[in-house]
Parts: sequence; structure tokens; C-alpha cells
Amino acid sequence: MSEVQRRDPRKEWIARNRLHPRHLEVLAELGRGAASEWMGPHGVLRRNPHAVGFTGPNGVKRIDRSGAQQGVTGGGAAAAAAEQKPRVEISDPAFSVVVVPDMAGGRLSGHDRDLLGLARRLADVDSASRGVVVAVVFGPHKESGFEEAGIDRLLHLDSPDVTGYAPEARLGALGMIDMAWTPRHWLLPDSKLGGGELGRRLAARLDERPATGVWQVEADPNQATGWHCIARGAAESLDIQRELPRITLALAECAEPVSETRHAAAPLSLPEPLPTTLSRIEDLGQVPVDPSGVALSEAEFILSAGNGVKDWDGFHHAAEVLGATEGASRVAVDDGYMARDRQVGATGTWVTAKVYVAVGISGAIQHLQGIQTCEKVIAINMDPGCDMFKRADLAVVGDSGKILESLVTMVEQSREESRDAA
Amino acid sequence: MQPDSSRGPALEVTVLVSVGRHPVTGRARRADQDARGVELAKSLPNAEIGLLHAGRLSERDEPALRSYLGMGFAELSLLEQPEGADVVPAVAEALEASSSQLVIAGERAEQGEGSGLMPYLLAERLGWPLVTSLAAVESVENGQATLLQALPRGQRRRLKVRLPALLTVDGSAPAPRQSAYGPARRGQFDSVPGSVCDDEPWSQWQVQPARKRPKRLKIVKATSPRDRFKAAAAKSEGGGGQVLTDVTPQEGAEAIFKLLREEEVLR
Repeated sequence: MSEVQRRDPRKEWIARNRLHPRHLEVLAELGRGAASEWMGPHGVLRRNPHAVGFTGPNGVKRIDRSGAQQGVTGGGAAAAAAEQKPRVEISDPAFSVVVVPDMAGGRLSGHDRDLLGLARRLADVDSASRGVVVAVVFGPHKESGFEEAGIDRLLHLDSPDVTGYAPEARLGALGMIDMAWTPRHWLLPDSKLGGGELGRRLAARLDERPATGVWQVEADPNQATGWHCIARGAAESLDIQRELPRITLALAECAEPVSETRHAAAPLSLPEPLPTTLSRIEDLGQVPVDPSGVALSEAEFILSAGNGVKDWDGFHHAAEVLGATEGASRVAVDDGYMARDRQVGATGTWVTAKVYVAVGISGAIQHLQGIQTCEKVIAINMDPGCDMFKRADLAVVGDSGKILESLVTMVEQSREESRDAA
Repeated sequence: MQPDSSRGPALEVTVLVSVGRHPVTGRARRADQDARGVELAKSLPNAEIGLLHAGRLSERDEPALRSYLGMGFAELSLLEQPEGADVVPAVAEALEASSSQLVIAGERAEQGEGSGLMPYLLAERLGWPLVTSLAAVESVENGQATLLQALPRGQRRRLKVRLPALLTVDGSAPAPRQSAYGPARRGQFDSVPGSVCDDEPWSQWQVQPARKRPKRLKIVKATSPRDRFKAAAAKSEGGGGQVLTDVTPQEGAEAIFKLLREEEVLR
């Protein structure tokens, strides 16, 4: 068989002539029935503008550019290309920038990502001699997006010494990293989740004066390091502009997180195993806390009651069994069912709960403002049209008393089962 | 508090106190975290508490320092330091000279750089263990202290640390008692000259009142005009939630239970 593609000029002519009686038939034969674009025989992209779009209900031709109607393959390819961000590999780095993320809950937090964005800026300052961003992760984690976060090398230390609260062992590991690679910059989150503490310990150990509470870093040729930073001082009342030191403790939103590139996140290991340090601080584990004693503004799980709650004893019992902190809407407080310090909303407390269960709350705008930063909102209400349902991630229409009652039985049952299994 | 001879020698505690700054008026006051530290020390049984401040006794700072005395102290040790000096060496020397077993400090100063580094530098210099953001001291026995550390979201962690140790206190420790006027007037300052170390970098930095931080803009990276339009026209909130209508209470409760399980809030 010949490799040469045979052309039929007559068929091509019919395919071009959409008034020809055999037009559609020939198009189907040539394998481009409804296609509006195809590759011509000489490698030129051909378009048929008449095949674009569809006839609308009034007989008017409509073109939908969302990609849903036509060019399905093209749209899909574009989406795939967008997903495949350019991958950056840095094989022989000029220097390194070490980041120690908090990894709260085993995942990179928003604060960590901002910090990695800052690290990327510091590492990519000179395109001729680029640095690598090294992330040091202690203990087990659940994160899978290290590559998208802009990490070139990942040092995962998972020995039992450094898991849990072990600032001294972690400090030993960081000291070893400093000896081994002498990073140009150390970046740690200035947070309550451990980063602020570890960073200050590291600075004291390495005898460097760190910048704390940094919220802006700018290139500055007048400085020896080429950067200056603006840090908060004196209980957030001062801005201190200074040269960027080697150790930086930065606040959230100090830089934009990495979004356009993927990085290698190649596993890295310490040149020698960690020495066993005798810790003078012994971690005896977390203590169960009475949820009713937790401040409403920092509670993790809130069960909040409103006007729709009739069975108050049942509500308090449910909060106790679920281990939730109690909250209330303004109506419940005004009617005297709950204390004033339990009020959630613009006039009460602005809450930051991970899970907020609104029982019998219709969702006044002041209340919805108060729960803006909650991650998951569950609503139980009789009225399916209430505003709370628009905000809720899960909304259940029904009698709140009965639903809470069966929820309590369910939780108690599962606890009993787990106790029996144990 | 009655001294109890059956408990053996008293535990010597030093609380480092500083002059704070009122967040609204900007006037000198007792620093909030340091006052909480004093309160925490006061709650320890069988403790001999000393207050230590490094600085100058100026007209501006005296009322603030006297309000610590008003919490029930006869005297406050004053380590004399000029304005803007690095007080770490002097305080470390003073602590080395004393026989304190426990040193309590606030987490961050309310004036000056306020980097919160001082307790770490002291611990490194003295070679003592340091425990941060303390909520309570449960017990001190056989040269070991059992402590409750405050974690975010109101959680607590129990730690055991060998004495001597440095502890820092933040806002989750018990609120300080009110300062009484009479004892505050009667209290004495015990001034000692300390070695002076100049803080040179601090004088080179540009310091100005804090600017409001710019709000982060929501940047939409859309590839097609349609996506851009959708992002611009989208309502900021709403939708996406699952609504269960016409379900029995059991089914509704089951759905809620499942979500609570996924979010790991049930203990």
C-alpha cells in the first residue's frame, strides 16, 4: 500500500459547498461531520464557521463559547494543559532556602503556603543561579500537594523522637540542617502552632537576631542581603523596617502562594542520623478540656441554639454528649435561655469554629456575619426557605428536638460500639 | 497563703516584669502577660516570689511598676539599665546569681521590638529548659514541675519539665488580680546597677507607627473570558450546600453524624 494520502478534489469541493445536495453525506464520509475545525492535508488548520454553534429555540443561530456545545476535545485539552502547570526542576542549586511549615492537622495551612511563596521569591531572585526551597516536615502528614506548593526538596523526619511536642529534638534536627547545608534563609511561620516557638529557639541556638512578625519583604539593593523587610513590633503597634536577616518569622499573607508552577519535591535525607537527645521536657499528651469552658471565639465545634429550640434540656444534653461548645442567637439570649456571653453574631462573638451547628436559627444577617469564618455549617430548621440554609453546607428540614435526640442516640451508640471493640 | 513548714524548703520563683503599653491610650501600664505571670506565681503553694525589672525608674514608668507591687509585694528588684539597652546579659547574670528554680516571664514585650525572643535567649544562656504559653502549673514535686500548656482553640497539653526552668505565659493564663493602691504606694524598689550592653542594630532600624496591612485581593486566574466573567459575576457566598427535605429525624441525624465524623470533631 502506498503511504501517500489520495485526495478526491471533487469530494473536497462538495464538502466546501454547503449548498450541494450531497454536502452532509460527503462531510460524514470525510469524517468531519459536525466538526468545525480540522487539520488540512498540508498541515494547515481549516475552519468551517458554518458548523459552529446550534440553532436556538426561535430558529436563531446561537454560539455557546463555554465549551459545552462544541469543540469538546479542544476544551478538554485546554483544561488538561491548565492542570499541567510547567514543572520546574533545579538540579544544581546555588543556595537553599529552608522552610519549616507548621503542618497543622498534617496539612499545609494557608500560612505555610504564603511562607512557601515568600521562599520561592527569595530563591528565584536571580534566574542565573537559582536556589532551592527545602521544606522540613516533622512527624506523619497527610499532605499530597507539596509539588504545587513550590517545594523543590522535601526533608521528612518521621522518627518517634521528633513527633508530638518535642521542641528540643526538632531544634537538634534544625541545627544539623544548618551545619549540613548552611541555608541562606530560614523561614518559619510566626504562629501559635509551634512555628513561632521553634523559630525563636533556632535563632537563640544559632545566635542570630531574627526578624519576627514580618509581613512584607521587598528587594532592596542598598542592603547587604539584597532584601529589606517590614516587621510588626511592640504588640502590633510599630512597623520596623530593617535588613532581612537569615532567620525570618513571618506572619500570614506575607507573600502570594505559589500558583503557576510545579516543583520537584524530591525527597531529601539528613547526611547522618539524628542524635538521640535527652529531652528535659516530657510530653504527657493532650488533656481533655471541658467544652463549656472554652471561649466561644476559639471553640472548634459549636452547637448553637435559636428561636426554634423548644426543648432546652435536650439541647444542653446534646451539647454535652457531642462535646460541643454552646452558642446562641440573639433571640435565645434576649429571651433568657442562654447567657449573654454565648451570643454569636455581630453584636456578640465572632466565631472561628471548624464545625458550626445552627439549631433553629433562621440566619439574620448579623448572625451570618458572626459565622463568616466557620468552615462547615450545619443547619437544622423547620423553614426550608430560611437564610441559614443558603449558607449551610448541610441543611436538614425537620423538628430540631427529634433530630438532636436521634443524633445523641447515634453518638452514644457508636461510642459504646467502639468501647466494646476495644 | 500560710507558710507551710512540712513541705520543706520554699520554691524560689522569679517573675520578670516589664512596663506595658495600653493598646488604646498608649500610656504605660503593667504588661498584661507579665501580670498574668505574677498571678500564676501567686497561685503556686509554698513559693517565695521575687519580681525583677530591668530598666530605669522614670516618672512615666513608676506607676506601672508600682501596680505590680500592688498585687501583694513589699519590694521589686530593679536592675538599672539605660533606655534602649540590650538587657539580656544583665538579666542572665542576675538570674545566675540568684537561686531561683523557676523563672516566669510574659511571652512578648508591649514596647520596643517586642520580638518575644528574650526568654529564649535567657534559656539558651542559662542552659535551662523553656516551656512556652503556659496556662497553669499543676504541681512542683521532686525537682519536676507538671505544667499545662495552652494550645490554640482552647486545648491544653500536659508537660513535665525538670527544674530549674523558664516558663512563658500568654493570654490564656488566669487573669491577674487587681492592683491594690495602698501596697502599691508602700512598696519599695531595690535598685541594683547592672552591666550595660548597647543594642546597636535597634538604633539603625527605621521604626514608625504600624500601618494598616493591605487586604489581600482575590486574584482570579482564568484562562477564558467566560471563566473570568463567571468569577467576576459570581456571588461571594451561597449555594453548594446539601438540603435534606422530607427526611425522618433519623435520616437527618445520620447525615449530620456522618459530616461530624468526617470533620473529626467527635471525640
